[in-house]
Amino acid sequence: MLLASVEYARPRSVDEALSLLAANPNGRALAGGQTLVNVMKARIAAPELLVDLNAIPGLREIRETDEGLELGPMVTYTQLARSEEVIRTRPILAEVAAQIADVQVRNRGTLGGNLCSNDPTNHLPPVLVAVGATMTVAGAAGTRTVPAEEFFLGVYLTAVGSGELLTGISVPQRQAGDGFASVTIGADGTCIANAAASMNGGVRVALGCVAATPVLIEVPSADEESVRSAVADAELDPPSDIHAPAAYRRQLAGVLAGRAVRQASGAA
Amino acid sequence: MSEPVAQKTISVEVNGTTYEREVEARRLLVHFIRDDLDLTGTHVGCDTGNCGACSVIVGGTLLKSCMMLAIQADGASIETVEGLAVDGELKPLQQAFGDHHALQCGYCTPGMLMSAKALLDENPEPTEGEIRRAIQGNICRCTGYVNIVEAIAAAAEAGS
Repeated sequence: MLLASVEYARPRSVDEALSLLAANPNGRALAGGQTLVNVMKARIAAPELLVDLNAIPGLREIRETDEGLELGPMVTYTQLARSEEVIRTRPILAEVAAQIADVQVRNRGTLGGNLCSNDPTNHLPPVLVAVGATMTVAGAAGTRTVPAEEFFLGVYLTAVGSGELLTGISVPQRQAGDGFASVTIGADGTCIANAAASMNGGVRVALGCVAATPVLIEVPSADEESVRSAVADAELDPPSDIHAPAAYRRQLAGVLAGRAVRQASGAA
Repeated sequence: MSEPVAQKTISVEVNGTTYEREVEARRLLVHFIRDDLDLTGTHVGCDTGNCGACSVIVGGTLLKSCMMLAIQADGASIETVEGLAVDGELKPLQQAFGDHHALQCGYCTPGMLMSAKALLDENPEPTEGEIRRAIQGNICRCTGYVNIVEAIAAAAEAGS
């Protein structure tokens, strides 16, 4: 399939990328391209300008700090899955990144691309909500930080507005364990439902694939019954599609929340 | 400042040969390789990033060339299936695919070989599980994969 005509720029700095995006409201940032190039083929998206972020130094860095991890938005899934810093500090991120699609896609696909596309079937949005990550968003007016639970606004929609870029993801040190569970079509395939959990005194559970954005539920204790009843109280209204009816997704959300919490509490 | 362009003359090294061609920004790398360079070993299977028939190695990274723009490969070094055989002599990995009946129609084979090469370059002694995970992004509708896994294991054993 041919793409519609498009212009291309390869900036060398975030500032340059921001000016390019500001100058063209129909411009789009191009990260790994594992979603955007395909939606351009299907003509679902037809940007006039692609601003390729691949040549900007520093956006692929993974740094360990006293507070936790500082992740660049252009960090690939392969980098996340293999990073010693990630495995040491917040291993759930590495574990989940290794389950995304396949080798080729993991080599190109990026953390920032995954978050900014906010496809409700993506694994990383609920994980970042559960662990309490903070996103740094840069624009013409400067930078601002957005907590993960306020970052995802709708299907394919995030707090990153027109002319802005996600420039960093901060993940705090874990206080105790994290967990993740999903049911996919085939190993590492399209997600039917997923759940991420993080212990922090109580438990933060984020349910994915049951709404337009991850559903955050705070559960006071990690016992299976509390988790199940908290999920039931959330009165989820998931979509039905070719892969699963709503009732099945609702059922899975409780089951997967239970599994994620079991892993997070060290009981799995 | 990097000015937006609609086309550009790019220079890429493919299997050791340097090519310069003008490409439109919208040109996919797989179309550049097949139609501009006439290296038709790299196949277009699904054109949606699922099947892996277009897999090539760019700058040491295995990727699907239908999900990268040619213009992004400017200055890169690319390996395609044509680069495996030396002077017409099959690499042990390619020979193993023949010996183990790891292909039938052959459409997926160029991508399978590149995924197998990327695996063995990094992990010369993979387990069966590692081989299966390494070719997860490559779909074969003929063989049922068993013979492909055996071929890659045999190539690893032969020190491909």
